[in-house]
Order: sequence, then C-alpha cells, then structure tokens
Amino acid sequence: MIRDYLVFLRRAFVLSFSGNALFYVWMTFLTVLAAIGGRAFCIQLVEGLNITGMTDQISWGIYIANFTFLVGLAAAAVMLVIPAYIYRNRDMHDVVLFGELLAIAAMIMSMCFVMVDIGRPDRFWHLIPFVGKLNFPRSMLAWDVIVLMGYLLVNMHICGYLLYMKYLGRKPTVLFYMPFVILSIAWAISIHTVTAFLFVALVGRPFWNTAIVAPRFLGSAFTAGPGFLIIAFQIIRYFSGYQISAKALYVLRNIVTASLLVNLFLLSCDAFKEFYAASEHSSSARFLFFGLIHHGQYYGNLVPWVWSAIVMESIAGIILIIPPVARRLMFLNIACVLANVGIWIEKGIGMVVPGFVPTPQGSVLEYMPTWTEGLVCIGIWAFGLLLFSWMLHLAIPIMTDRFHAKAPAGAL
Amino acid sequence: MQGPETDSEAKDTNRSSDAAEPPASRRGFLKAGMGTMAAFAAMGGVLEPLRGLKDRPSLSQFLQQHYTRLTPEMMERVLERTKQEIARDYGAEVDVKDYKPMTGVEFAYALNLGRCNGLRRCVYACMKENNIPLDHPEMAYIRVLEMDIDSLDLEQGDVLYTTDPAPKEGKYYMPIQCNQCRKPPCTKVCPVQATWTEPDGVTVVDYNWCIGCRYCMAGCPYEARRFNWTKPAFRPEEINPEMSYLGNRIRLRGVVEKCHFCLQRTRQGKNPACVEACPTGSRIFGNVLDPDGKIQFILKHKRVYILKADAGTIPRFYYFFDV
Repeated sequence: MIRDYLVFLRRAFVLSFSGNALFYVWMTFLTVLAAIGGRAFCIQLVEGLNITGMTDQISWGIYIANFTFLVGLAAAAVMLVIPAYIYRNRDMHDVVLFGELLAIAAMIMSMCFVMVDIGRPDRFWHLIPFVGKLNFPRSMLAWDVIVLMGYLLVNMHICGYLLYMKYLGRKPTVLFYMPFVILSIAWAISIHTVTAFLFVALVGRPFWNTAIVAPRFLGSAFTAGPGFLIIAFQIIRYFSGYQISAKALYVLRNIVTASLLVNLFLLSCDAFKEFYAASEHSSSARFLFFGLIHHGQYYGNLVPWVWSAIVMESIAGIILIIPPVARRLMFLNIACVLANVGIWIEKGIGMVVPGFVPTPQGSVLEYMPTWTEGLVCIGIWAFGLLLFSWMLHLAIPIMTDRFHAKAPAGAL
Repeated sequence: MQGPETDSEAKDTNRSSDAAEPPASRRGFLKAGMGTMAAFAAMGGVLEPLRGLKDRPSLSQFLQQHYTRLTPEMMERVLERTKQEIARDYGAEVDVKDYKPMTGVEFAYALNLGRCNGLRRCVYACMKENNIPLDHPEMAYIRVLEMDIDSLDLEQGDVLYTTDPAPKEGKYYMPIQCNQCRKPPCTKVCPVQATWTEPDGVTVVDYNWCIGCRYCMAGCPYEARRFNWTKPAFRPEEINPEMSYLGNRIRLRGVVEKCHFCLQRTRQGKNPACVEACPTGSRIFGNVLDPDGKIQFILKHKRVYILKADAGTIPRFYYFFDV
C-alpha cells in the first residue's frame, strides 16, 4: 500500500512537470511573478515593515485586506459542497472537487498574507498550541489560527483521499470522507464568521464593532467564490476539455445572484445605520464614502475606490437579475468579474482601512500601499494560482481516468 | 490542445514509472538539468536580498520561552544575553533587571486637565526615560491633544500643535497615554499572550514573545500602543542604561510596545518620569489600594471621569478638571 502511494507520488511529481507549451508558459509566468513577490518579501524582511505604507495609526493594510477576501474565497467552496454531497446534484458532483481545491489554494494564500504581515515571522511557532502559548479561547486570532488550519487540513484530506481512490480505481469508503464533508460545511461557515469576529471583537473600532460584519462577509464570500469558479470552470473546460455542464454554471450563477443581492442589501443596511442615524461613530463610514475634512485638509483616498466597487457590484447585480442577459455566458462572465473586483475592494481595503480612521485619539490620515506591498501581494496571488493550476493539472487527468494506477503507458 | 512534443514527453513519463526503468532520454535529461539550474539561479535571485539581513535572531533568542515560563536561572541568562545584545548593537553598557511587582500595590494615575499647559515636558521625559528615539516623536507613549475649551470631542483635537506659545487662549490640553485598563481589550486579543496585566495593574509586553501581528493596536481604544516598524536607532549617550526587562529596555524590531508606568522606577517606589517632569503638578501617581493615598483623595474629592467609558475598559487612569 505504502509502495503504491510512493509510486503515485513519484508519478504525480513527473506529471507536474509535463504538459504542453501553453502549460509551461502559464506556469513559468506565475513562477516569475511569485519569485518577484518572494524577492520583495525578502527585501521587506531586511528593511522591516517600515517600507510598507502602514503606520501606528493604520496598522493593517492591503495584506490583511487580501487575507479577508481570500478566507471568503476559501469558505465559498461550501456552496458547491452542499449541492454536490447533500442534495446529490449530479452537475455539481463533477466540479465540487475544483471548488475544494480552490479552497486549499485560497487558504494557503491567506496564511501567506498573515505571514508577510506579522513583524516577527520567526516567532510563528508561538502560535502552536502547547509548544507556543496560543491565547485560546480568549483571542479571536487564536480561533482563526485553529479554524483556518483545520479547514485546510479537512479539505486536503477530502481532496487527497477522493483523488487517490480514483487513481487506484477504488470506490471511496463513505465513512472516510463523508464525515469530513459534513465537517467542512460547518467549518466553512465558521472560518469566515471567525474572521469577521476578528474585526467585530474590537470595541474601540465602531466601524467594525457591528453585528452585520459576519453576515456581510458570508454574503460577499458566496458571491465572490462561486463567481471566481464560474470563470475558472470555463477556462478549465476550454483548455483541458474536461466536461463541465452548462447546468453546473447555472447553479453557481443562481448562488452568485442571490448572494450578491444579499450582500448589496446588507451593505445598504449598514449605510442606513451609518448615515441616517449618524453619530460620532459614523466618521469612519464618512471617511470611506465621502472623505473627511480634518483641520482644513481633505482626506478621502478611498472614496473613488469604494464608489467604483459599488458601481461594479450594482452592474453585476443588474446583469444577473435579467434572466435573458444572465443566460448569455459573456454577460455572466462580465458580471462575475465585476462582482469579484468590487468585493475585493469593498470587503478588502474598504473594510480594513476605514476601521482605523479616525484613530481612537481622533487623528485622520490616509493609507497608501507601497510598491513592495504591491509586489508581495502579486507574488502571493501568483503563488496561489500556481498551486491551483498545479492541483488541477494533476486532478483533471485523475478524474478523467488518464492518470490511473493501471493506466497503460502513454495513456496521458 | 496537446502538441506532438508533449505527447512524447508524457509517454516518457509513464514508461519511467514501469518496473523496468529505461534510461532517460538525453534530451529529457538535458532539459531537466537546465530546468533545475534555472530554478536554483532564480532561487538565488529571490533570496539575494537576505544577505543584508542584520538583526537575525540568535538561536537562544529564537528558542526563548514565554516570560512566565522562565525559571530564575533562565531569566538570569536571558538578562545577561539582553545586555550583551544591547552592548553589541548600540555600544552601550547597560543594566537590565527584571523588576517584580510589589505586593499590596496597584498603581493608578490621575491627570488634572485644568492645569496641564501643553508644554509636552512629560512627552520628552518619557521618551528619554523609556529609550524612545527622540527623532521618532510618533513612537512617544504620551500624545497631547490641543482641545477647544468648549469641546470634549477628540476628533476636534490637534496633536501637531506648536508649543510656541502654549498654553493658548481658548484651549486646554489633553495628554493621552495607556489607560492601564482593568479590562484591557489589548491583552484579550493577543493571540500568543505576549501582553498581560501584572498584579500591580501595569499592562506589559514581552518583547521577546510578541509576534508583531498588531492585533492589540487595533484593539486598543486609546491608541496607546506603538509598533517597531524598524530597529530603533540611538547614539550611546542617548540611552538610559537603567533598564527593565518588561519595561524600558531597547525594543526589538517588529514588536509592539507601550507605556508601562515606568515600572523600572515605580516598582522601586519612585514616580514615573512624566510625573517628575510635569511643571504644573497636573500629574498624580500612586497606589490606589492605599486609603490615605493621593489617588484615593482625588477619587473621593474631585469630579473625575475616565476616557471612553463606553468601551467598558475600566481604566486606572482618571481625568479631572481643577484649577
């Protein structure tokens, strides 16, 4: 058995490096970007975090913004898992694994974003329970460490087990994966809820200290994740020839539509509270949407960003609620891209930075990421896409029985 | 999508997994070799900046345990090593002690806003005492806000006011520093328990345990915490050599620091540097458990208020207006 697995690993390793020219171009492109990001991170390690745009006042920036977005992307896999495993939807069954693989990649990316954000990555071991001194259950960040690691492991187990069984040509034992599937459903909701509570927990930051953050996070996650997958599926279908039915795309489209409308609704609930019942605590929202004038100077570099995000999400919403339009793949794709970019801005930078402005002592200032931060972000995204592409490169031949324990030589 | 070249390669791949290993083709071998070399070259390029990494943690620093897990003997060694590190990095002979809280003492602070004249003497005294580089005013533990006399709204306050002249007509001055809360949100959120409240009411940071996630900074409702975005720089003569382990010793890069009521002074019965420096007597420090102490006198006889009472932090730092 162990021998079989070692053979599998070796064959998978060899397969990882074989592909057509396009595969090489794509993987090289991502590797180069990841390497540029890696170099930028090394420079940051040497120079310190003062080469980022973060300050004592705005102490989290684009790293934590990306982290938040990516946790959502990972959690969204549940929107494929529920129809596929619980409702036994055949169309979703063919693609659910891709969603889980995306969750793995997104989870690793989000952990990278935490690693590049902390001041002492060398002390990461302090977070390991018992070895270090994890502040569990008091700190929400301790909860986050546990749920993110757990979600990553659960998904790695499900994907790894199912793919390996398929490779061996054996029927997977339900007991070995279904309990984990059920667990992953609850866990997916919990990772994003805990990430929202990370912000909600802070009593000194009224912009975050509101109960609507977790529902908004879930709404935006279930828009962005399936939206991302709609596009990814078409790319997979085009390049690999793997059959993905239009029905699967339409199931996802319905999820994106409902979630996007919920997200916009929750956003407007928040806006109503902040602007109709405006108090001292509404300053952050005013900073985000309109900018603040402080001691005669205007601060509002997020204003164009957040409004473009809202316009993008609204256009996506309009496309999606007009069935004849949304049925056209081109328009569906436009809607998915707009919704994803919009949400990346709105729940990323648009969520993280205004929480710090004005500061608890009433100072108003702006945050602007530096080039180093930008390159590190690009690097991590490229690394994540590299991982996702690599996993697909192995998974698709397994799922189509071309990469198989008993496959004759040259079947690939 | 697969070209003929790829097909042949893929076949190679599968054949190589058969029991009888055929020799790899020369072309494949060359390609793999070049690929590996390119990968190593790229890796070198990526890691190249790390050659400039100066303050790499030593092995004993890397493996050092949490403050509460250090035995007295381990603490001895840590203090000795800390002294050596400071001598090496800053060329200064210093003394680092681990001052323990006194029993029966809980520190508290009261600040008379009616008297403070905004000269920022406390700010500079604090920076000198606590080894905060003077050219980094943003790192100061105390910030003074110039406020309009008719307002308590911090957002209207000005931190960047000039002290020439100060005090100004129609203004009052509001210094803010760590409130040493009884229910501190900062210690609650720390994922690794690198910050905690000592029995004498002082919230401290273990600079050798903090991972630098800055969650405590987001959690603090008083903006009392500072992050070492870079390694602090001093000339040897600027350094206060009387250092405490949880207090004013020179901080490491990438960790959070904060006001600790000058525990290297107060745990020896002295006043904090800010109290000593205040020319107007606006700052009052003492043991809140002492029924005849200065703090209890103020709590009993003055109209005191606490900052951001709505945050539920129950500070040990009181404000009052008295002329």
